[in-house]
Amino acid sequence: MTVTATSPPKTDERLANVGLVQILLRRPEIGALLGASVVWIFFAFIAPTNWLSINGVARILDPSSTLGIMAVAVALLMIGGEFDLSAGVMTGTTGLITGLLAVKLGMNIWPAMFISLLFALLVGYLNGLMVIKTGLPSFIVTLATFFILRGANVGVTRLVTNQVRVAGIDEAPGFYTARMIFNTEFTFLGAEFRTTILWWIAITVLATWVLQRTPWGSWIFAAGGDPNAARNVGVPANRVKIALFMTTASAAWLVGMMNDLRLRSAVASQGIGQEFVYIIAAVIGGCLLTGGYGSAIGASIGALIFGMARVGIVFAGWDTDWFFSFLGIMLLAAVLVNDYTRKQAEALAVARAKARTESEEAEP
Amino acid sequence: MLRTTRLTLVFVILGIVALVFAACAPAGQAPAQEAGAPAPEEAAPAEEAPAEQVAQTGLVFGLAVHDNPAESLFWGVVEKGARDAAETYGIELKSGGSLDPAEQAQLVETYIADGVDGLIVSLANPDALQDSVTKAVDAGIPVVTINSGVNVYKELGAITHVGQTEFVAGQGAGERFNAAGASKVMCVIHEEGNIGLEERCAGLEDTFQGEVVRFNVATTGTRDVAGTSASIQDKLIADSGIDGVLSLNPVIAMAALDAVQAAGGNQMLATFDLSPDVLDAIEAGDILFAIDQQQYLQGYLPVVFLYLYNTNLNTVGGGQPVLTGPGFVDASNAAQVKELAARGTR
Repeated sequence: MTVTATSPPKTDERLANVGLVQILLRRPEIGALLGASVVWIFFAFIAPTNWLSINGVARILDPSSTLGIMAVAVALLMIGGEFDLSAGVMTGTTGLITGLLAVKLGMNIWPAMFISLLFALLVGYLNGLMVIKTGLPSFIVTLATFFILRGANVGVTRLVTNQVRVAGIDEAPGFYTARMIFNTEFTFLGAEFRTTILWWIAITVLATWVLQRTPWGSWIFAAGGDPNAARNVGVPANRVKIALFMTTASAAWLVGMMNDLRLRSAVASQGIGQEFVYIIAAVIGGCLLTGGYGSAIGASIGALIFGMARVGIVFAGWDTDWFFSFLGIMLLAAVLVNDYTRKQAEALAVARAKARTESEEAEP
Repeated sequence: MLRTTRLTLVFVILGIVALVFAACAPAGQAPAQEAGAPAPEEAAPAEEAPAEQVAQTGLVFGLAVHDNPAESLFWGVVEKGARDAAETYGIELKSGGSLDPAEQAQLVETYIADGVDGLIVSLANPDALQDSVTKAVDAGIPVVTINSGVNVYKELGAITHVGQTEFVAGQGAGERFNAAGASKVMCVIHEEGNIGLEERCAGLEDTFQGEVVRFNVATTGTRDVAGTSASIQDKLIADSGIDGVLSLNPVIAMAALDAVQAAGGNQMLATFDLSPDVLDAIEAGDILFAIDQQQYLQGYLPVVFLYLYNTNLNTVGGGQPVLTGPGFVDASNAAQVKELAARGTR
């Protein structure tokens, strides 16, 4: 550092001049991108007619979109160093709350949706608060929330409807307006796409902007990387973490609403088991389980791989028996590529910095 | 050196992914899928055709059910029925399913985009599948609903429904429990969100003269059978008045049998649906009777019906559902049915 201070025209070694390839290799989403390309090319060979049609693209994006919305929110939280195992079941809880309010109280869909949003925000806030106050791993705290919500989903639904589902949400006033905004089909290039895809893209862009271009983004990385160090330099790590928990809860609310509006009904088991799928998508997308590293675009690509696998297996005419094995292999491959490229990029950067400092030390 | 080895490793793994899945594709199916829609000139090459030399029709049917057929004893038999019929008639069958209604709806829409010539859908959650099924009907794809959904299949425009009327089957169980002299029967519900199960219990309540209690084990269900068994045992200990147990699934029946025996073995046990284990237990006198909806037919018949619709525009049932049950299996016929169950068709 003293070297750079005394010789201003020389470049700062912290701002090393890196090539395009290296910039690409350093991106956390590179593994997911490679994985997605491999899967895409693979199915393009196996089932070209449907896979390469615009209809095929619409099919792939349908399951990817709601999963992608969750994966992005979960990725932000994971970069911030925490997990939310209640994210999956929360899609069911919010869906049931809205459904019960609309069907049993005859409420307009909008206030019903608003009330379930408030509930989601409250649960997200409590998750965050408990993690901060107790210092317990969020894995355990949100696992507890997961069980509480899972039980309440069945208990309350059965108590109110004497069944384990809420049907007939489409009779609520405002249903079709809400449906048009959150989850309807629109024709684009001759195929029917879902509006959930637009939400997904918007949320990915927003999350990427927050991560890369706002102080909140730096705080999230800092809070996940080393919360103590972050606090010492003035990052409001606690506030950031609570906000992140509230973000995953609101994303779950959004997906819960999208399910309600598409399916006209809500089932008490909705979303159970999905929490791990979100985490897997985020990890395929380059998030580290230890926090402090990852990307929103990567998580979206991770979700896209899921969507491609789901649709590709059908188009190829294989047994869907193999879906989970396929996911397992994808996860393993993506994580290996991530690990490899990251180490490669780090090694290159270290070697360059070393070479530079050595040559600079030799000069005077 | 080390780096190149690791890079090679990564590519080897990616290569394995490709190979594994290329190998998984059943021989003879690939050409037809690439065609997407039936295209006679792209029929399967002779060396890949099945040994029996069945003439391939080029028709593709999609089966979408509300559970993963690969992981479910019951749906495995339905899938086998559909596969056997597809093979007999020279049809390509795509099959799959999920407990998540959104995923099932997406699967149906994927089949539509894939250009299938017929759809077989179970309607455990009719609201959730309403849009997808309507979309198929609007696209001119004939739909046969199976298993659950007898009350709504007409509204949705399905050509027919193949299944058992759950309420009627439940009523049948109630009459059998009356004859056996039970006074308080527990109806064990193992899935969240399946109205068919609720209807079975409602049918039982309708005809059974004693008291019926519903007991929910959906939190463990068929995923954690030991947990389900333990819950049933706890319930039997807590409520000693229960002298009859009706399970709604063969796996749950075996869990309930363990629970009944652990709790003293004073309760009569009956179940919906068959499995080799259930048949053994009926032969041994541990299970009183099983209500058989002959689900093999729920896979086999829709393929035949869709084949006839595609080739001859026939519809079956005359506006009524085609019932595959309830049949009853008890000590009198268990042995014969057992032989068939071992083949995976009962």
